Amino acid sequence: MQSNPLTLFEKIWYSHIVTQEPKSPAVLYIDLHLVHEVTSPQAFTGLRERGLKVRRPQRTLATMDHSIPTTPLSIPMADTQAAAQLQQLAENCEEFDIELYGMESPMRGIVHVIGPELGRTQPGMTIVCGDSHTSTHGAFGALAFGIGTSEVEHVLASQCLLQHKPKTFQVNVSGKLGIGVSAKDIILALIAKIGIGGGTGHVFEYTGEAIRGLTMEERMTICNMSIEGGARAGMIAPDDTTFEYLAGREHSPKGIKWDKAVESWKKLPTDGEAIYDQSITLDASSLEPMITFGTNPGMGLQITDRIPNPNKYDDLDKRHNLETSLTYMELQPGQPLLGHPVDVIFIGSCTNGRISDLRLAAKVLEGRRIAENVRMLVVPGSQSVKMQAESEGLDKVFADAGAEWREAGCSMCIAMNGDQVAPGQYAVSTSNRNFEGRQGKGARTFLASPLTAAATAVRGAISDVREMI
Amino acid sequence: MAKFTHLKSRVIVIPNRNIDTDQIIPARFLKVTDKNGLGEALFSDWRYNSDGSINPDFVLNHHQNQDAKILLAGDNFGCGSSREHAPWALTAWGISAVISTSFADIFRNNSLKNALLPIVVTTDIHQSLFELVTKSPDTELSIDLASQTLIIPPDTNVTFPIDSFAKKCLLNGVDQLGYILSHESLIEAYELT
Ligand code: SF4
Repeated sequence: MQSNPLTLFEKIWYSHIVTQEPKSPAVLYIDLHLVHEVTSPQAFTGLRERGLKVRRPQRTLATMDHSIPTTPLSIPMADTQAAAQLQQLAENCEEFDIELYGMESPMRGIVHVIGPELGRTQPGMTIVCGDSHTSTHGAFGALAFGIGTSEVEHVLASQCLLQHKPKTFQVNVSGKLGIGVSAKDIILALIAKIGIGGGTGHVFEYTGEAIRGLTMEERMTICNMSIEGGARAGMIAPDDTTFEYLAGREHSPKGIKWDKAVESWKKLPTDGEAIYDQSITLDASSLEPMITFGTNPGMGLQITDRIPNPNKYDDLDKRHNLETSLTYMELQPGQPLLGHPVDVIFIGSCTNGRISDLRLAAKVLEGRRIAENVRMLVVPGSQSVKMQAESEGLDKVFADAGAEWREAGCSMCIAMNGDQVAPGQYAVSTSNRNFEGRQGKGARTFLASPLTAAATAVRGAISDVREMI
Repeated sequence: MAKFTHLKSRVIVIPNRNIDTDQIIPARFLKVTDKNGLGEALFSDWRYNSDGSINPDFVLNHHQNQDAKILLAGDNFGCGSSREHAPWALTAWGISAVISTSFADIFRNNSLKNALLPIVVTTDIHQSLFELVTKSPDTELSIDLASQTLIIPPDTNVTFPIDSFAKKCLLNGVDQLGYILSHESLIEAYELT
């Protein structure tokens, strides 16, 4: 029998529908539910009020990442509100029997870093979390997306979600990346091209030679920022790179179960004849290092470009928006970004806080010092990443260069834990959002890759890493 | 869930495009474990000066807007994070409907679960609404969800889209978790496959 050709997304979607009544959203089964301290407390309260239990605690995994300090654990938390929120998560996990990677756990880390590390994230799964960067897990060929707290409660109680089927959007990245250009630059270039609402209502599937050539960590960087392009999920078909990454991880299937799993995962990639609702192609070989200049992730340019002039837009709204952004950033139209002084460098987050990101940054910093007046924070995405980096001596490279080496957490990506950029200061950050105030009230953020961030740290001004490697 | 049927109100205008959830409610207000007090944090960085004093120029602080329930905003409203604190803050302050040309997916989902109605209009209508409210700030718009109509004085009726399930839930205050759990036997059967 000839069945309809399907995309990767459709295969996972259809196989997870529990039921769907006419004119209603599908009841979609969720294989893995990730939980953190910020978006879950009200959901647990909801469960308690209704007298409900967590339906499948073994499909639920919790960690502490957003508001935890990145200073040594021995220092008591000064922020009592954050401490209470963390305590609440610990109590909720205890009461509802959920596995928690808490403060003292050596496996704790940013939720989107530890899911894959532990082998909990696997191809073909549906994965949700009360966090928009859940799209990260799509790098494994999973359907993974962020949900709100009401939905967190729904999944806790029923292991299901009500969902309308999104559309599909193929992002084909051809060619090969040049030296000094990385996965972060691919995704920043895509968002600069389609805008931050460009993928609304869609799920991205990244395909093409450039994507196939990426490691799992690089693929995660790309899928992570799908949401910055408006798409709730971004996916990459699993292949040998995926299987090699997963083999032997704590929660990966073992023995004959592994063989069976791989066999079924190999059926996931999009069928040859399948049709996407939309497609776009980028040529990786023509990309340069990218950096943002404005107050949303779509306001990005090649690092050698100049800041656009609002007057070139006929659309008054667009013009006004750009002007507002430039005022906030205190930047002038036509100004080059190269050479612009910065105050803070942040390397970390679920976008670029993995071991390969730290290795790239360390390579640039080795034998160099960061500029005077620059503060540089290096925050590993998980305690495992931290330990790995220390075993490779990367912590020493960072410390010798004059950077601060921290405990794992979200840190300056969201500035909830006291790690923040002061008002008016400029930061080059490897995170994913440059919204007004994201890194602290009045903070001005340039988003870029770990390579660009490290090069900029050395010179104290925005720099093209290709001159330094 | 609270119901939504009709609404008549004056309109607060924030014309910016891409108003993200970090503007709607900055992350430092997310350390709560309940939903109390979020209305005070709504648009905090725009509403208050850096010394904590009230910014009298910001529309939310204009005394004539204190009872307004409709927000008219630029394209792609609610982009960014998945924090449901954004619709919680909006509704706690008193907003019951947001009009824009588009909404970010997660924000729209979250809003519909909190009786906050996201109304999508065409660019032309959007533009004319801006002009109308700028010219006559006391304009009151009416919304009738059952007929999916936005009534713009003096005599324009615009139909807005909303998916039929969400509409049913809003009109009747349907509890979505209850709906999911009513399929318990099917969920169990699915788990056995
Ligand atoms: S690192 Fe930043 S984007 Fe990622 S989960 Fe933490 S706060 Fe969210």
